[in-house]
Amino acid sequence: MYIVVVGGGRLGYYLAKALLDEGHEVLIIEKDATICENIVAELGSICIRGDGCEVSILTEVGTSRADMLIAVTGDDEDNLVTCQVAKHKFNVPRTIARVRNPQNEAIFKKLGVDVTVSSTNIILERIAEEVPTHPLTHLLSITDKGLEIVEIKIPPEATTVGKTVKELSLPKGSTLSLIIRKEHKPLIPKSTTILEAADQIIAVTTPDSEEKLRATLRGD
Amino acid sequence: MKVVIMGCGRVGAQLAGLLDTDGHSVSILDTNAYSFRRLSPEFGGTALIGNGLDQEALKKAGIAEADAFVAVTQGDNRNVMAAQIAKHIFNVPKAICRIYDPLRQELYSTLGVETVSPTTIFAQILKGKLED
Repeated sequence: MYIVVVGGGRLGYYLAKALLDEGHEVLIIEKDATICENIVAELGSICIRGDGCEVSILTEVGTSRADMLIAVTGDDEDNLVTCQVAKHKFNVPRTIARVRNPQNEAIFKKLGVDVTVSSTNIILERIAEEVPTHPLTHLLSITDKGLEIVEIKIPPEATTVGKTVKELSLPKGSTLSLIIRKEHKPLIPKSTTILEAADQIIAVTTPDSEEKLRATLRGD
Repeated sequence: MKVVIMGCGRVGAQLAGLLDTDGHSVSILDTNAYSFRRLSPEFGGTALIGNGLDQEALKKAGIAEADAFVAVTQGDNRNVMAAQIAKHIFNVPKAICRIYDPLRQELYSTLGVETVSPTTIFAQILKGKLED
């Protein structure tokens, strides 16, 4: 695949390196001359100096034959515009943008960016997972189906401890998939399964009903 | 008419003054309070410190009730992103942005964003003057 990466910072550099290792043809567009020189010295002549939002530079690097464009500069507005130009002017089939302000994910999606990766959200989520009392963790989101897989921990004081799955009225569209229990094999919950303290429940849900699912499972 | 302006540079400040004089309700946003020195002492609208790409700042400026939004900061990308937020998230009926780069301006106007490129307009004016 031919992949254009816009932004040669740490993220762009390591991304390009990984993509090269996988055997892809990669080109980085970077504004800063020194950063450009360093990349060329380390990875070979795969970096061109310029503004990745400009049609002329995107033309120069042959964006119209690119299979993918990934915008990973530190500025949301630059990443958005690069992706929009790539999509609408060069018909790049897949555009991926890094988003720093999580609020911007919705607008990026609405404006035709195929995939958004919110670095802020990922870091927050990873930190939250390490906080033992954190009630709900996002494990995976299946964006095109509008589904997500979450983990919910049942605290010892939860009013749902001792109840069966049947007794809980789970929100529509939510399914319990797995219960991970201390010193037991993970089990697939049935309607008669009784919840225990410290259970870790893996569930499939939708972004709209995750709050309700969390409240139902913990009896909040 | 209620208008939100992003960027209190020379153009933003002057536009704010003109609209205010005509009796429109104007809010103007800038990330730097020092920019507000460009507003005339008679300016009766609201000047707010904030980034027009931040939806909270836009809400504070009254974007939800605005009839029009104008983005005139120094950054083309910032302007075009803010105008698209105003149009698609807050459903502002009229969102206009300045884009210096004529190629980007052309692309965004085909995408339905109302744009003005001072570069193109000014070049044409100069050409006209030379031909007089």
